[in-house]
Amino acid sequence: MSKWYIGEGDHNDIVISTRVRLARNLADYPFPSRLDNRSKIKINELVRDAIADREHLQYTELKTLTRAEIVSLAERHLISPEFASSSDGRALLMSDNEDVSIMLCEEDHIRLQVMKSGLNLSEAYEIADRIDNEINESLNYAFDERLGYLTQNPTNLGTGMRASVMLHLPALGREGRMNTLALTVSKLGLNIRPAYDENGMALGSLYQLSNQVSLGISEAAAIENLKSITLQLATQERAARKEMANSINVQDEVYRAYGILKSARILPIEEFMSLISSVRLGKVLGILDTDIKTINELMVSMQSATINAFVGRTLEAGERDIERAKIVRERL
Amino acid sequence: MLCQNCKKNEATTHIKRIVNGETTQAHLCSDCAKSLGYDSMFSDFGFGFSDMLRSFFNEPVLASLGSRELRCDRCGSTFADIVNSGKIGCADCYETFYDKLLPSLERLHGKTSHEGKIPNGSPEIKKKSELEQLKDELDEAVREQNYEKAAELRDKIKSIESEDKGNE
Ligand SMILES: [Zn+2]
Ligand SMILES: [Zn+2]
Repeated sequence: MSKWYIGEGDHNDIVISTRVRLARNLADYPFPSRLDNRSKIKINELVRDAIADREHLQYTELKTLTRAEIVSLAERHLISPEFASSSDGRALLMSDNEDVSIMLCEEDHIRLQVMKSGLNLSEAYEIADRIDNEINESLNYAFDERLGYLTQNPTNLGTGMRASVMLHLPALGREGRMNTLALTVSKLGLNIRPAYDENGMALGSLYQLSNQVSLGISEAAAIENLKSITLQLATQERAARKEMANSINVQDEVYRAYGILKSARILPIEEFMSLISSVRLGKVLGILDTDIKTINELMVSMQSATINAFVGRTLEAGERDIERAKIVRERL
Repeated sequence: MLCQNCKKNEATTHIKRIVNGETTQAHLCSDCAKSLGYDSMFSDFGFGFSDMLRSFFNEPVLASLGSRELRCDRCGSTFADIVNSGKIGCADCYETFYDKLLPSLERLHGKTSHEGKIPNGSPEIKKKSELEQLKDELDEAVREQNYEKAAELRDKIKSIESEDKGNE
C-alpha cells in the first residue's frame, strides 16, 4: 500500500504535502488536562467504537509502541511532538496508508488529521469533514454558538481547524527572503515556519505554511486563503529558481550533492537534508533525472527515530549516520 | 526557569520538539521563541496562551482573582488555574469565565464570533441558526419594502418558534 507521500499531487515541484487537522472535544467530559488515565482510555475507546470500523482505522494504544516507533510517527508528521512526548492515556487511530490519523487525548480529546501529497486542500478537508461528521453521529461535541468548537487551548477555538502545506523553498530560502515572507504571510492570517527545525534553520529548506486564526473565519475561507498564498509563494519560488537554473554554480552544487548522496558512507541528518534539498531542486530544474517520489520519501523518512524504527533497534548517532548513508545509496 | 537561548529572561514558552530521534522540550522566553520562528501564539496547534493571559493580568490582579475563588462548577478550575496552565479545564469554563477570556480571545483571533461548521449532532443549534438567517432575511425584505416576502418570512419564523414552544 503506497503511503500518502508517494503520490505526486498538484504543484509537487513546490508543495510536498497538504495537511488538515481538526480539534474536537466530547461534550460530556472535561478537557484532557483535567482527566485521569481511566477516563482518557474510556474516551479513546468511545471514539474508536464510533469510527474505527467505518473508516478502516487501526487502533493502537501508545504505550504498546516502542519509543522509536512513536518518535518516528512524529518525524513523519503523522502525530505531533506533543503527542509523542507521553504515552499515558493516549491512543492513535490510523489508516493503512497513513493518510488519516486521529490522536486521542492529546491537547484535545480528538485531533483528526488528513494528509495528502502535493497541494490538495479541498480533498484533505472533505475527508476530514466526512470523518468528523461520522464521529459526531454517535458522540456529542463540546460546542458554543459564539465560540464554535470548544478546545483546551483557546488558540484553536472556532472551526478548530489548522490547514497547512509543506513547501520546498530552496530558492527563496537561499535569497534570504524568508524573514520578510514570514512577516508578510503573518499579516495575511498565516504562519510559516521550518518543517524540520534546527535552531530556527529549516532543514532541507522545508517549510510549513498554515492558517493562524480559527475563530471568525469559516473552513472554506481559511482554506481558500491558504491556497491562494501558497500559489503566490509557488510563483515567487519558481521565478527565483528560473534565475538559478542556468547558473554553473547551481548545477555544480546539484551534481555534487547527488554524487555525495550516491557514495557517502556516513550521513548526518543536517548534511543529508541539505544535500537532498539540492538534489530535489536539481530534479525540478531538469538538471537531474531522478525519481521525485523517491526524493520525497527520503526527505520525510530519514530522520533519526524513523531509521531506528526501520532497523528495529536504537542505534548510536554514529551508527545511525552509517545506516542512513546506506539506505540513501540504495534507494536514490 | 531561564530561557535556554538568551539565558536572561524567564522562560514562558515550552515547546516540544523532536531532535535526533528524541522528544525534547525547549524552554524559551517569548522574545527568543519569536526570533527562532516559534511565534508563541500561533504555532501549528497553538501554545503560549498562558503568556498571553499574563500580559492582560498583572500579578496582584491574578492573586486577587485567585482569592475570589470563582470556580467552574463542573471541573473546579479557577481563573488563576487557567492563567497558570494556559489550559481551559472544560467546556463550561468558557461560560464561567467568558467575560474574562473575551479580550484575549479577541487579540488571539481578531474576532470573537464563530463562522463555519456547526456540529450535526445538535438540532437546537441548527434550528437557531436557521431562525437567525430568516430574521436577517426579514430585516432585508423590510428594508427593501418587499412586504409580500416579509409576510412570508414572518409566517415561517412564527411556525418555527411555535414548534419550539410545543417541544418545551
Ligand atoms: Zn530568551
Ligand atoms: Zn471547567
